[in-house]
Amino acid sequence: MTGPQQPETRADIVMCPDGPMLVRGDVVVEDADGTQHRTTRPVSAVCRCGRTSRAPWCDGTHKLVTEARER
Amino acid sequence: MASLPTPRGPVSEVLVSVLDGNFVEQLTAWPEPAGDDPADPVRVADDALSLWTLHELAYRGFTGVDERWEWHPDLLALRWRLEGELEQRLRKRMPATDRTGDVVADLLRIIADDDAPSLARHLQRHGSVEQAHDLLRQRSIYHLKEADPTSWVIPRLEGGRAKAALVEIQYDEYGAGDPARLHHDLFARGMEACGLSSEPNAYVDDAITEVLEQNNATSMFGLHRRLRGAALGHFAAFESTSSLPSRQLVQGFERLGLPVEVRAYYDEHVEADAVHEQVALRDICGALVEREPDLAEDVLLGAWTCLDLEARTATAMLKRWGVA
Ligand code: FES
Repeated sequence: MTGPQQPETRADIVMCPDGPMLVRGDVVVEDADGTQHRTTRPVSAVCRCGRTSRAPWCDGTHKLVTEARER
Repeated sequence: MASLPTPRGPVSEVLVSVLDGNFVEQLTAWPEPAGDDPADPVRVADDALSLWTLHELAYRGFTGVDERWEWHPDLLALRWRLEGELEQRLRKRMPATDRTGDVVADLLRIIADDDAPSLARHLQRHGSVEQAHDLLRQRSIYHLKEADPTSWVIPRLEGGRAKAALVEIQYDEYGAGDPARLHHDLFARGMEACGLSSEPNAYVDDAITEVLEQNNATSMFGLHRRLRGAALGHFAAFESTSSLPSRQLVQGFERLGLPVEVRAYYDEHVEADAVHEQVALRDICGALVEREPDLAEDVLLGAWTCLDLEARTATAMLKRWGVA
């Protein structure tokens, strides 16, 4: 098989369905209190559900929210 | 480096003594498997330890064991039998269910349907320090080479999104260039802080059969190009079921007063795996199947096997602790 002619593009910011926002690269995120947090890994997940215990980062808690809703 | 494990039956007995001896070009035949019934627990344990030992030759090897054994044709012949039987067993365990045709949706369903007992949940509220140490000893077989089995897959992928995303995640697993953050070294420091050995495979003789099978399945998926789909499905399921349990373990270990170093290891995985799960599902498995649609079923096999083996491990451990 040959590769695609056009290189596939990759987004720097990705909204995951029912999940966090992925952010690529070295960025500073300011949370609701105005505190700044610098990313420490190649890709980071910023919480969008508001339930994380590690704000501003996603800690997987959103899944409990989705599960409860689907029940 | 690690020492050779204690044999668990006739095949591992001969294998360990062969590896312990001088390198020879030609070996005599392997003994018959222990018992005719492939489900006989002695045979399962013997086969699992034998395969684990053979795979280990491809990772860090054993102290004093000739490194040429890794590719010795007679050892490969034994590996061929053991892997063939393991793969067949794993495929048979997967229930036939309807597929939506969208591999990410099917993966999410397999993960959501998982209702296995959880060791992390037990340790979060109830477990003892002894049980926590027992779990760390069992997990050490994998965590001290965390991410390595998945790295075998990288050269087996064509280019594109799946490959780039896999390397992006592996880079994070290996500390993103910072040796202080290398995940398997974080685990080693956690073990030491608990007064446990961080030597690779120090606890293989304590490992229950289910844990050896977990490791064997992961290595087999990684080492066979043909099974690259299963390797990545396994990886996605593993990462998707790690964030919440890691948080429960941090809480449990805090409650038990375990050292900060071992909590740091699980703490790192709360955030890291919340990211890895998203990338593994969509960018890695989704993109892989887009490029190679025939791999879809193996991706699901890998995911299902990951959860099934963890369920069997958790059940066995809870029974061993007298809480099931
Ligand atoms: S989005 Fe994951 S915890 Fe909020």
